[in-house]
Parts: sequence; structure tokens; C-alpha cells
Amino acid sequence: MGWAGIGRLVVFALLVAFLTMPDAFAFVFEPLTENNAPAIYNQGSLWSLTVSHLTIVFGAGLASTVLAVALGIFVTRPSGLEFLPLSRSLVNIGQTFPPIAVLAVAVPLVGFGEAPTFIALFLYGLLPIFENTLGGLTQVPPLTLDAARGMGMGPTRRLFSVELPLALPVILAGIRLSIIINLGTATIGSTVAAKGLGEVIIAGLQSNNLAFVLQGGLVVALLAVLIHGLMGGIERFALRRLGGERGGALA
Amino acid sequence: MIAIEHLTKTIGGQTIVDDVSMGVEAGTLTVIVGTSGAGKSTLLRMINRLIAPTSGRVLINGQDTMAIPEDTLRHRIGYVIQGNGLFPHRTVSGNIATVPHLLGWDAKRIDKRVNDLLVLFQLDPAEFARKYPHELSGGQQQRVGVARALAAEPTLLLMDEPFGALDPVIRSKAQEDLLSIQRRFGTTIVLVTHDMEEAFRLGDRIAVMDDARLLQYGTPAELLISPAEGFVERLVGTTERPFRLLSLTRVADALEPGAASGEPIEMDANLRDALSHLMWCGQHMLPVRDATGAIRGRVSVDGILAHARKPI
Repeated sequence: MGWAGIGRLVVFALLVAFLTMPDAFAFVFEPLTENNAPAIYNQGSLWSLTVSHLTIVFGAGLASTVLAVALGIFVTRPSGLEFLPLSRSLVNIGQTFPPIAVLAVAVPLVGFGEAPTFIALFLYGLLPIFENTLGGLTQVPPLTLDAARGMGMGPTRRLFSVELPLALPVILAGIRLSIIINLGTATIGSTVAAKGLGEVIIAGLQSNNLAFVLQGGLVVALLAVLIHGLMGGIERFALRRLGGERGGALA
Repeated sequence: MIAIEHLTKTIGGQTIVDDVSMGVEAGTLTVIVGTSGAGKSTLLRMINRLIAPTSGRVLINGQDTMAIPEDTLRHRIGYVIQGNGLFPHRTVSGNIATVPHLLGWDAKRIDKRVNDLLVLFQLDPAEFARKYPHELSGGQQQRVGVARALAAEPTLLLMDEPFGALDPVIRSKAQEDLLSIQRRFGTTIVLVTHDMEEAFRLGDRIAVMDDARLLQYGTPAELLISPAEGFVERLVGTTERPFRLLSLTRVADALEPGAASGEPIEMDANLRDALSHLMWCGQHMLPVRDATGAIRGRVSVDGILAHARKPI
């Protein structure tokens, strides 16, 4: 394990310690409070807020992954090729439409709470996964596909035994990007009463308590750093099996 | 074994293969040679139906290939392409096991077959079976590509520029290996190349294609002695002709009675190598020995040159 790995372990330990016994860290945040305001968020457990935050981010991420990967596969098949421009525009709209606007539109339709946040994150997360699925699938060497066809692999088998395994590292990178973006974006869900770490930040803004804003923001940021590292590790593992790192030098 | 009948392929009004008919006998190595864009790869790929012909048909052992489901057909025909097309995410043994796996062989039989093939291609199973393609040299990758094509014991092997990406030394070794494997298993091979040298070295018969048409189809000697006018003549190379003719003839065919002094030449060597040896040694004649080492006669420069002369 390198220095980066040790650094991540330390960050992880600190984060778990802070979330399980936040009062022990009160001395860090006290200098930021005024008029004897509480230094540590006291309107709910930080631990359970973190769990809700992660649940909604990964839930929406999973839904985005399923749809974006399925769409990416569909438009790279001969039968779906003509839908490529249409799918691309739809997914692009999902990305350009600000999540806060999605919340505003979704609340009248599905009510307050987790549901509108889920919809906003789901739409916002589609683009990176879709584009990377497309990129990954179209980067599969034509020679490899030709060999697979020539040996008598049917279209379905080619997809699952050759194309998807070879595209996997790129698709994983798209999922990572999408999750990291949404980890931060999910904080706005608290404006429509979704449980999450945004609650801490908003409470801090409303009561002019810098300590709340900082601890909410810090927890989200550290989660992002840790998840980024973890998912990056999985990608590198997948890539190494394809010879991406060493193979490049040899070829 | 293969009968190609009036095969034509047109794409968007452009004719890629124009009314080609030819037969390939079982157990022979047929080379399709031509410049790039001549339609030779398309012709090859119509045999295993990777490309659907516009008209005409291909019969394998008398059966129309269109009557066989395409994947079933391809399981029976080995296929090797330039740059080998190995699956980068599978180990060497995983790659070789591809078709047996598709055919549903049991694990034991697959393991044994993979092992046998690795040994046959001089790749130590203990060292290579678990390696990934990117860990192999170009020559090793190419051998794995051929081993993979032979895994399900096909009687027909199609090869599209299989040695194109190899450097000359490894290429020459790969050609030798292919010939010895072909002799050993009696596999029928159809090989596409743009390299005339390779065609003469490997082919029992050579088909010359240019501009979508089959210009001439015959044995190497036929091509040299009476090339079709124009393109084939140029491709065969008029200045190279006598030398190519010599390399097609064995020393045994130029054997003369009598004795000579010096280091003996093998009966099985070709006349081109024998002549080169004579020139290098500065000798007019050298003794000839057979595989057992017994002297069978001699070979002379004049005798060799007689074989390089234009037949009347």
C-alpha cells in the first residue's frame, strides 16, 4: 500500500470517528460558533443523515447505471443505431437541466421528501454513464470483434463475453464520475425535505452557524474523496486485467 | 473440399468480388494473393459467411454453406486474422478454449486439448496457460491465434494475412510451423496474403486476384512458367522468375550420377539454396546425400541452371 492508501485509511478512520462520536470533536468547531451556539449539529444523528445521504446517492446511481448502460448497449446495436442522436439529446437535457429546477418541477408531481431528490439525481447522473458506455463499447477493437464473429459467437454472446468485459473499465469510470457529482448535488435535496447531509449545511446557513456548514460540507467532501479512491481502485483492477497499463508499453 | 461457384459481391454498385469460381482440394494449402483492395479478404470471408455473397454459392464437402446456420458453420472452420484478434481479457488457455467452450465440451476435454495445443506450438503450458495476451511477444500471440483456430479440430482453416504483423525472422519460422502442422493434421488451409514470396513458399496452389477478378489459379510452377499476361506476369516478377523456379525444385530432381568432392548437400534442399551454396563455396559441383547420410550422386551448377531455364 502506498502513501495514498495510508492517507485514505486515516481519512476513513477520522470520518467514522467523527460520525459515531461527533461531540468528541466539538473543540475543533467551537471557535467557529458565536453566542454559545452548539458546535455540533444537534437536530439529528450525523450517522443516520450520512446513511440516508449515501442511500439516495447510490440508489439514484444504480438507477442511472441501469438505464444509461442499457441505452448505451441499445444504441450501439445495428437495430438501435438510428436512436443514437435522440438518446444523446435526451441524456444531455438531463444533464443541462439544473437539479434545483428538477426539484421545483418534481415536488408538485411527487410531493416533498426523497422522491424528487431521487429523480433529480437520477437524471443528472445519466450523462457520464451513458457517454462512457458508448465510448467503452465503440472502443472495442474491431479485430477482436471480427475474430469473435469468425469463431461463431452470436451477437448476445459477443456482447456479454467480449464487448462488456472490454468496456467495463470505461463504464466504471463513468459511474464513478456520476456518483461523485451526485454526492455533492444531493445536498440540495434537503431543500425539499429529503434526509441527508444537506440538512446540516442548510441548518447552519439559516442559524448563521459556520460550524454546521463546515461539518456538513466536510463530511460530504471526505465521502467523495474516499468513494473516488475506492472506485478508482476497482477500475484499475479491471484495467490491469486487460493489460491497459503494462500492455500499453508492450504493444 | 470447397467449391466456390460464381461468387460475386457488390456493395453500393461497386463490385468487390466479380464472378469467382474455384475449387480447393482437401488437405491442400491454397494461397489467395493480390494487392490490397483486390477483393481477396472478401472472398475468404464469404467462405465462412462473415460476408454474405450477392450471388453465387460456396459448397463445403458438397453442402451449400447457406444451408448451415452461420454460427455452426463457423464453429467448424478455423479463422485466423492479422494481428491475431486475441481476447485481451482472457488468458492464453481461455482464448484457445473459445470454440470448444462454445461447443459445450466438458472441462476435462478442453483442458487436455488446450494443453496439447500449447505443447504443439512450443509454449510451455506451465508458463503460458495463465498469461494474458499482452504479456506475450508478437510471435507468441500469433501462435496462440493459430492454436485457438485449431482448437475444435476443424478440417478447414481460413487465414487472413496471418503473418502480416510479424518481423521477417519470426515470420519465416511461423510459415515453417504452419507447413509442418498442415502436413501433420492434413488440414485444408486457405490463406490470404499480398506477399508473393509467401505465396510461393506456402502454396500448393496459388490464386491471383486483381480488381475483384480471379486472374489465374494454378500451381506455383504453372504461374511461373506460363503466367497470365499483364498483372500476373508483373506480380510473379520476371527477373525473379528463374530463382523462384529453382526454389520450387528439389535437389533430388537435379541429381547426376558421379562423384564430387566437398561438403555434401541434402537431397531435400531446394535448388536455389543449393546454387547459393555452390556459389558461396566457389565449387562447380558438390556431392548429394540423402536423409540417412549416404552419398547418392552429385549436383552441378550447370545441372541446376538447366532447371531455371524457360521451358520450351
